[in-house]
Amino acid sequence: MFIPIKKHLLLILIFLLCSASSHAKINVFACEPEWASLVQILAGDQVDIFSATTALQDPHHIQARPSLIAKARRADLLICTGAELEAGWLPLLLRKSANGNILPGQTGHFMASEHVLLLEKPKLLDRSQGDVHADGNPHIHLDPHRIMRIAEALSRTLSRVDPDNQAYYQNNWSSFKESWSQAIAKWEQLGQSLRGKQIVVNHNSWVYLEDWLKLERVATLEPKPGIAPSSTHLAQVLAELKDNQADMILYASYQNDKAVRWLEQKTHIPVVTLPFTVSTDETLFEWYESIIKQLLDSK
Amino acid sequence: MRKKFLVAVTIAAISNINPVWADSEIEALRKQVEALKSDYEQRINALEQRLKQSEAKSQLAQQKVEQIADKVATNKISAAQQQNSFNPAISLTLDGRYADFDNDPDAYELPGFMLGNEAGLGEEGFSIGHTEIAISANVDNKFYGKATLAIHDHEGETETELEEAYIQTLGLGHGVTLKAGRFFSAIGYLNEQHEHAWDFADAPLIYRGLFGDQLRDDGLQVTYVAPTDTFMQIGTELLRGDRFPGGGDHDGVGAWTVFANIGGDIGIEHSWQLGLNHWRENDVDGRTSGAHSHDGGTAETPSFSGDSKISSLDLVYKWAPNGNPTSRNLKLQFEYFDRREDGSITMFNSGPPEEVSTYDGQQDGWYAQAVYQFKPHWRTGMRYDRLSSNNKGSHEDVLAEAGLDDEGHTPERYSAMLEWLPSEYSRIRLQFNRDNSYEDSDNQVFLQYTHSLGSHGSHQF
Repeated sequence: MFIPIKKHLLLILIFLLCSASSHAKINVFACEPEWASLVQILAGDQVDIFSATTALQDPHHIQARPSLIAKARRADLLICTGAELEAGWLPLLLRKSANGNILPGQTGHFMASEHVLLLEKPKLLDRSQGDVHADGNPHIHLDPHRIMRIAEALSRTLSRVDPDNQAYYQNNWSSFKESWSQAIAKWEQLGQSLRGKQIVVNHNSWVYLEDWLKLERVATLEPKPGIAPSSTHLAQVLAELKDNQADMILYASYQNDKAVRWLEQKTHIPVVTLPFTVSTDETLFEWYESIIKQLLDSK
Repeated sequence: MRKKFLVAVTIAAISNINPVWADSEIEALRKQVEALKSDYEQRINALEQRLKQSEAKSQLAQQKVEQIADKVATNKISAAQQQNSFNPAISLTLDGRYADFDNDPDAYELPGFMLGNEAGLGEEGFSIGHTEIAISANVDNKFYGKATLAIHDHEGETETELEEAYIQTLGLGHGVTLKAGRFFSAIGYLNEQHEHAWDFADAPLIYRGLFGDQLRDDGLQVTYVAPTDTFMQIGTELLRGDRFPGGGDHDGVGAWTVFANIGGDIGIEHSWQLGLNHWRENDVDGRTSGAHSHDGGTAETPSFSGDSKISSLDLVYKWAPNGNPTSRNLKLQFEYFDRREDGSITMFNSGPPEEVSTYDGQQDGWYAQAVYQFKPHWRTGMRYDRLSSNNKGSHEDVLAEAGLDDEGHTPERYSAMLEWLPSEYSRIRLQFNRDNSYEDSDNQVFLQYTHSLGSHGSHQF
């Protein structure tokens, strides 16, 4: 009675093990949705992707939750922004998950910010200056040219993590390169009319977008990065805007909009609420598309 | 091309109506024009092609220039940082408070529990809490190391204590992590967290009663995280067992623990963790508790010897709208502990003859708390503590003197706090306790600051 059951169990187990290994996809742990989307484009169905955050979360301030530890434990490739964006939780996650594949220095540890030049590298490292990042501003995903470079490096990393599918990744990279270049050309064409537009921002999260589309930031609502707008600072911003009218106020949909709405009421400058990153049902292309569209619509 | 050919054929067909003598000449002319046309088209195409190529090349060159510029810039940065780039992460936590109590803090007791280690209310008035210096870094690609020095005042003297000093493996593989040295035990939810990460100014009563605020020891810890979608972790610790609530002088493994945690998310907004824990020391040899004297005589010190075991359960639930805790979030926390002890109680410096009793101890307690961040930088919380004990022995009077008689009282405490957190690195807290630890109810007020300097700490779940 017992032996047949055991045999069956053994067979099932062997079957499960075999089926598991034959469909062994690469597990990718992405800290932010933009990288999840990029991996999806470059690696297609060869990977299982998990994004630790959504477009409505602030990647500075999440916690090393048990669910994240479980996901990181099984990851073959970790892709994050770096530049201290995830400093509050990633080091702990890496230690707790005890996964040698994704530790710094390993092939499976990919930090996007290490492949591009960062803007706004602080000259003075002092916390009285607010939430400063020693390596520079980490919100690099808002520049498509930087995305291109990151994609190239990421494609190489994918080939190294999963050499069996090297040709596939290279192929995907080539086609991405072509379509992304075309998309950039199109966006830049559309963005011509945005050149020199004066913007007010809530947090300095749009540096790379400003740099790319040549927008001109005239005011920031946060007195220092990461420090909530104070009434004195807001009054000052309001006074400045009286003399120098701005074209729009930009803020990320996950951020608190209190100060932004206040300013809108006082100045009647249109507010543009931009999704800060790719949401679950769209691609990197669609997200850029929507940002450009919203900026153009606000004019 | 085909269209053109067709057109040419059609034209030729129509022109056939014309006199024959002109036909061949016109045909020749047409052919020449066609040839010229296609030739130019080809040339223009070729030129366009070349233009495109050179454009692409110049773009590539531009990109390369940018890349090189980037590299130069990056190199500059790293050269400037090289001096201290290998320094470990250092952080300093500053903690201070103003406390006001209705009762004399020295009269504090917890009937049914022998207090030891750091159990107590602390100083009244202004005082410095734990000033902690933590130094940590990856040692190499295999190990992480951390040491924490705590500086605090104890009975008028400034003491420096090595709070933690351990190494921990990195990426050993298969979800296994080893930790060795001095560390906070992983049993319980709050125990592993540093005091400055707690949500209240003082430890839950059950932590105070059983561990003297926190359990830490020297030893080895092994944890295993299962490769599952739901977080599952099991672990064990082999400990020296000399420190409170253990005792004696062990030359092997004096105490050990086992623990298991599971946890996960429900949707995007909810996350939870459940833990089961057990600590055991079979040979507690002379665990002493706070001495007390009778009318200025020699201080009598109660001491426990025997075996001791603690079992516990902890449950944590967190909520944040859209899973984004920055502006609003809620945290619910519950822990239950149960301790069974079997052995004897001796009153040192008593007698002669020395007062001794057999001891069969049974103590348990729990706390539940809720902390709500209602807007950015502001949090408020409530906590309720409750303990009970049923300790028996051959000499009730000895147990009573050792503080192990519950005096017919159920210790409990209500706490409420309000916090202002100007940034991630600073916190000002106002807390009120209605403390019924012993029969004289006490009202306690704390105004506390906890600030941290230096490297960015991690947010533990």
